[in-house]
Amino acid sequence: MPRLNPGNLHRARDLIALYPEPRSALIPILHVLQEQDGYLSEDGMAHIADLLGLAAAEVRGTASFYDMFHFEPVGKYLLAVCTNIACMLQGAYRLLEHAEERLGVSPGGTTADGLFTLEDAECLALCGDAPCVTVNWRFFGDVDLQGFDDLLDELKAGRLDGEVPSHGTLSRVDRTVGLAASQGANGSAAAGSAAAMSTGAGQGGPSGVGSHAEAARSHPHPDLDTHRSTAATASMYAAHLDGRR
Amino acid sequence: MTITDAPRIVSRRLGKPASWTLASYLADGGYQGLRAALAMTPEQIHDQVNTANILGRGGAGFEAGRKWGMLRQAQPVYLTINGDESEPATFKDHALIEGDPHQLIEGSLICAYAIGASQVFVYVRGEFPLAIERLQSALNEAYHHGAVGHAIFGSGFSVDIVVHPGAGAYICGEETALLESLEGKRGYPRIKPPFFPAALGLYGAPTIVNNVETVSNLPWVVLNSGADFAALGDGRSKGTKLLALAGHVKRPGNYELEWAKATFRDLIFDPRLGGGIRDDNELKALIPGGVSSPWLGPEQLDISLSNESIAAAGSMAGSGSVIVMDQTACVVRAAWRIVRFFHRESCGQCTPCREGGGWLEKILERIERGQGRESDLDLLMDVCDNISPGVTWPPAQTTICVLGPSMPPSVAAGIQMFRDEYLTHVREGRCPFPPDRLPLRLARV
Repeated sequence: MPRLNPGNLHRARDLIALYPEPRSALIPILHVLQEQDGYLSEDGMAHIADLLGLAAAEVRGTASFYDMFHFEPVGKYLLAVCTNIACMLQGAYRLLEHAEERLGVSPGGTTADGLFTLEDAECLALCGDAPCVTVNWRFFGDVDLQGFDDLLDELKAGRLDGEVPSHGTLSRVDRTVGLAASQGANGSAAAGSAAAMSTGAGQGGPSGVGSHAEAARSHPHPDLDTHRSTAATASMYAAHLDGRR
Repeated sequence: MTITDAPRIVSRRLGKPASWTLASYLADGGYQGLRAALAMTPEQIHDQVNTANILGRGGAGFEAGRKWGMLRQAQPVYLTINGDESEPATFKDHALIEGDPHQLIEGSLICAYAIGASQVFVYVRGEFPLAIERLQSALNEAYHHGAVGHAIFGSGFSVDIVVHPGAGAYICGEETALLESLEGKRGYPRIKPPFFPAALGLYGAPTIVNNVETVSNLPWVVLNSGADFAALGDGRSKGTKLLALAGHVKRPGNYELEWAKATFRDLIFDPRLGGGIRDDNELKALIPGGVSSPWLGPEQLDISLSNESIAAAGSMAGSGSVIVMDQTACVVRAAWRIVRFFHRESCGQCTPCREGGGWLEKILERIERGQGRESDLDLLMDVCDNISPGVTWPPAQTTICVLGPSMPPSVAAGIQMFRDEYLTHVREGRCPFPPDRLPLRLARV
């Protein structure tokens, strides 16, 4: 059953090393687990409890407070339609109704082919581009009914795989350095650097980067420029004051 | 000088190509503020920030310099940056983190130096993965640039920054709930006193929690001066403010304006700003400072955009989010959606909020469905009074935090400003607005 795999165990230990108290790493590690399996399994949470010296109930009790964590598998794409006030004023409920009809599920439901889980979301902070939708938390703004259909088609065809990673993937950019403030001037991992210690001897590189660089290498660097969401967020910016909009 | 002539202190790089990269930031003078700060004493920076009179940009509007001055004298000291922006229709911090993460890092470092923080945590809302990726990427670059970590820019100052993701909980934007969450727990707000973060914060240590926009001002303040910042704006409302305009306007978006120099009319109708009401409709009401704030009417359009004048009108500048509703908006539905949000996001610790939110939501829903009674108006006000006695503004509090007292304003405002519209719902047994705009759940009943 799914526990953290060796690579993710490594990432979890790196995360723990970043905090004065191990438990602070709980939510970041839960994100790693959700990235690995697409949801939080009981075995995975028990594994995290062991890592942090917590009871499994403390891990589940914390995780269940947060809306982004799922305890059952969801579809390949978690499709969240914002219906809060700014989007509602721009027809979000009509859009949600359309989404229900197209997918044949109500909010919380997953399509039979396992591709889509629909959610009725609270404000996603893209209100200049209302109504908005996120897919695995990647943003798509100014979504009209036709735009929604096009989005479904592109997702099904896999054309958005570059900018919409699998469900649970929070950040495709890992930290490449441990705690550095207490390191000696020569750059080697000093006794105070828990990051290097936690991952065992030989991990601390010459720049004190330690295993963080390993973790980063396991994650190809994503293109942070060409996201559809970047275009959608244009109206979040004051660029129009320069006459660009 | 026209209303858009003031310097854009926090937003000028937004929308520029690759604005989130170190190369682009350095090309625009990036990290010069930090270098200047490191040549000053922490006290000198604190003095500049006091002179600047930066009001906290998260919503409460408390002076940042005064907050720093309240730190309990004990070690260690932590700095936590609040990037958990979740107030409905507020989308300024989202833009600042995604579009200018280096400015946030630089501002955080200046703050950390001024307060003597041993570590910085930037708590970013979990639903902002691109913001998290760009911030982490920027932080990796900043480490390699020598701007963060050990002996920053060769000085004697060392500090680490950690990007910490949330996981979906509005209440974690409340500073004590944020600290609980950062400690790996459920986001339950703490009781103040004694848990004022400056005295008893993260792990019980003195902690400053500052908003993203607040610290994003710091590089400019250090590079120019507190007096230059305070020369902008008026009264307590100094500098500029990033205003998030949403709803029924032609040009929704973020606009950075000099504070206290423009009015709601300017923001909504100026062709360079909101550009007027959608379809040239009539303005019905506006929500001036996030959905927690009491509404204003068209007759209040000439109120100045400043902390004090909005407060004097019985509302608040809050997070800087302005929601515009035209005459097609149903005020019952709007209140229902706002209350539904708070009810969903209530952490459940306090009965008036947990239960009162559910009551308000159900009563508003039945009015919207056409199944309400005239007595429901008094009942709504009575439930509001139980959550926040007197239904006054600023609100009285029966709860640990202000989430509960954020529910009554939209209900009370609707009933007071649009009593006839509520009564029409009841007397005609239906919502008078077009059914195709009805929320799905209600339309199917």
